[in-house]
Amino acid sequence: MHCKQFSRRNILKGTAALTFSAVAVRVAAAPAAQAVTPALIEAARKEGKLAWYTVMDLPVAEKMAKAFEAKYPGIAVRVERSGSERNFQRIAQEYASNIHAVDVINSADAAHFIVWKRDGWLAPYVPEEVARHYPAEHRDPDGCFATSRVWLSSLGYNTNLVKPEDAPKSFADLLDPKWIGKMVKGHPAYSGTIMTATFQTARDLGWGYFEKLAQQKIMQVQSSTDPPKKLALGERAVMADGNDYNLVQLKESGRPVEVVYPTEGTPLIVGPNGIFKAAPNPNAARLFHSWLLSLEMQQFLIDFTGQHSTHELVKEKPGRTPLSKIKLMKDDPAGVEAASEEIKARYSKIFRI
Amino acid sequence: MSVLTSTAAERRPARIDFSRPILYGFAAILIVLIVLPLSWLLLYSVTDRAGSLTVENFIRLFSESAFLDPLITTFIIATSSSFLCCAVAAPMGWLVARTDLPMSHVIRALVTASFVTPPFLGAIAWELLAAPNSGLLNKIYRVVTGAPQDEHLFNIYSLTGIIFVISCYTFPYVFVLVANALDRTPGELEDASSILGGKRWYTARRITIPLVLPALIAGALIAFLQAMTLFGSPAILALPAGFHTMTTKIWSLFQYPPKPELAAAASLPLLVLTIILLRAEHMILGRRGYSVVGGKYGTPRLIPLGRGRWPAFALCILVLLNPVFLPYAALLNAAFAPVASHFLTFSTFTLHNIEFVLFELSATKLALRNTVILGTATATIGLLIALVIAYVTARKAVTGHRLLGFLATAPVAIPGIVLGVGLFLSYTRPPFVLYGTLWILLIAFLTISLPSAYQQLQAAFRNIHPELEDASRILGATRLQSLRQITAPLLRTSVIATWCFIFVGVMRELSAAIILFTSETKVISVLIYDLNESGDLGAISVIGIAMLLITFAVVIMVNRIPGFGVTSVRLRT
Repeated sequence: MHCKQFSRRNILKGTAALTFSAVAVRVAAAPAAQAVTPALIEAARKEGKLAWYTVMDLPVAEKMAKAFEAKYPGIAVRVERSGSERNFQRIAQEYASNIHAVDVINSADAAHFIVWKRDGWLAPYVPEEVARHYPAEHRDPDGCFATSRVWLSSLGYNTNLVKPEDAPKSFADLLDPKWIGKMVKGHPAYSGTIMTATFQTARDLGWGYFEKLAQQKIMQVQSSTDPPKKLALGERAVMADGNDYNLVQLKESGRPVEVVYPTEGTPLIVGPNGIFKAAPNPNAARLFHSWLLSLEMQQFLIDFTGQHSTHELVKEKPGRTPLSKIKLMKDDPAGVEAASEEIKARYSKIFRI
Repeated sequence: MSVLTSTAAERRPARIDFSRPILYGFAAILIVLIVLPLSWLLLYSVTDRAGSLTVENFIRLFSESAFLDPLITTFIIATSSSFLCCAVAAPMGWLVARTDLPMSHVIRALVTASFVTPPFLGAIAWELLAAPNSGLLNKIYRVVTGAPQDEHLFNIYSLTGIIFVISCYTFPYVFVLVANALDRTPGELEDASSILGGKRWYTARRITIPLVLPALIAGALIAFLQAMTLFGSPAILALPAGFHTMTTKIWSLFQYPPKPELAAAASLPLLVLTIILLRAEHMILGRRGYSVVGGKYGTPRLIPLGRGRWPAFALCILVLLNPVFLPYAALLNAAFAPVASHFLTFSTFTLHNIEFVLFELSATKLALRNTVILGTATATIGLLIALVIAYVTARKAVTGHRLLGFLATAPVAIPGIVLGVGLFLSYTRPPFVLYGTLWILLIAFLTISLPSAYQQLQAAFRNIHPELEDASRILGATRLQSLRQITAPLLRTSVIATWCFIFVGVMRELSAAIILFTSETKVISVLIYDLNESGDLGAISVIGIAMLLITFAVVIMVNRIPGFGVTSVRLRT
């Protein structure tokens, strides 16, 4: 009597299906790479619109949507922004009710793409530039998704409230009693960035770290875009997790914030982009997907939003810390996929929220 | 007189053919609206995921601290808010209704303003004002006293903060009830007491207070219910502070993986408590009739405050700073300042947020369109349903009219979030897959707004004496003709007012919408909530101010209609 995708038995069945489909899929070759042709543009223009479910910081996502609309006039992009975990739930609920509203999906939780691909919800489509310029580990072998951006869940502080020499350098520093009541952090049941970061941090430092952090009277917000904004407002002095790229943007626009990459390693977030098979605007979706992964937009992501790209031709912006200079934690979407329910349950038990 | 007309009215139905279909038709609509979601709610609460009967959900609900703590927190918040509301609203209601307080109409208008301000918008505005570090009031405090950076006067992210903000937007309910009761209390009774030698305090204690007490207690109950069933304010203020209330807990049960059976079980205590409290309210208010026994009295005599007039006025304004002036100022500041927590100056003034909302935010247009469509549709359909039922019950036109009246008032007992859960369970399955369409939101908003619309129109019908219709019919008009030519013109003001208030109520509804919306059926209130989760305060301020402007335009329109008291309408969130 309950909806199908809620039952635990079905999830187990799904896991079994993954093993089989992975084998089956190996046999089939990856789909051929597709160029942006005038025919595709024309077909997309006929559809005239697309819905982009994304988790990017809202002003960034809207700016990109406007850039797309400027390049391809007559195709309106509707940005549907929420947290990755929210979007995941929303899409599951919409699909269960036979609502196919989403065309293109961009998530901060790469584990979701494992689930959607396994369920057969994603459409294989390989833009030419992806085939040519993206490293193999950043594109799905079956062409269902590719890494559209990379960023970190870092620490940070407000430079008006904290002197550089007093600022925390590591996760361990956050447990100092002097930070009681002064920190802000995001929530893994809302944000894919925080989910991924919580997985990596708990794996590398142990859950004991979070148990101690929970004693520090943190301010609990939802989105990973919010802790940097709370720092910029001056509402909290230190952020325990959240998007480093928001801090970079805020800092470059003159706000008193500073990024800290913790000495234990910084959680690495990989954000794939993909197209849904049942997309109501399939051509516009293909065009958008190709455009987002093109050199032009990948360079835009670096220059104007402070994120990173896996496109081999992009150039780092001078004055920024290159990814190679930062000690990173290892990302593991399959690990997150297996542990996400447990992480949510454990987190809400420890932080009581 | 009343005996005569009621027998006349009762004799008539035998000749009307369409009365039965109307009764059955409307009863069926109401039963589907109310009974369907509640049945699914009950069924889900006693089944497990495999669909077999169980009490496991309730055992978890009453044994795990993850559910018990929010239950206790909710009780503390609701009780404290209720007391606070009474403590503020009762004296204010008395000052406005019974004394020569200067500019009392201004005070009434400002109470109406706090009444129609969406509570979630108020909560966000209070974040801007009283967040411990970035709050504007705390900044002023530090500048004035020279206190160090990490000291603060207010912390809105706390239990007291939440109680305060909830009270800001709940006290009008108490105020309206108390002020109306005092307006009705005959001054002659107090005069009689004074003439017989009763001192001022003795008169107050023995005459005035007992006469108003039922209204005050009813107000306390309503305030309790409002505080208990509110979703937006606790979600905005309690989650950052690290605790849940029942409504936020129910909502969190819809996050992945969703646990609808637990959400259903957690909704039931709210439902049961609401029904019990409404019964209590009914019993208390049911006795108020004794105050008007003995025919018509003159308007109550106003008590001169003497030199206390202006201090009393200042006190009222001081209270109204909290729900109206300060939050509105904070929203305006955030809308035009580059950083929401900075004070606006001429050099920093920016239209960036307005540009963003109008030209970049792609959700604005859709949400605005959905809200206007839903507001218009709900107001129009709700008005029609309420009108027919009110007519039928006020004129006792059909046998069984009592049932219709009961069904039309019943949704009062269903908190918004509980209705949201029930409708979600009802309409995400065949044969009625309405989830993802505006229909499910329309049903929710119709159900929520029906009771107040019905009560208002019923009162309006009662004020129009049936003699007028009877005269028309004796002169040969059919029932429909007399309705069109006699009743409709007389009802016009009430009808317009009811329409507008359903519309305003839809604009500020969040607790049912938050469960029922999908990406394509987002409404303004949900959009604001979304923006709050990602911390986009500037955009919220712009949308919020636009929302307030639309609301005030509607309210002012209603106020222009002669003979209509704005404050008699009940809005729910």
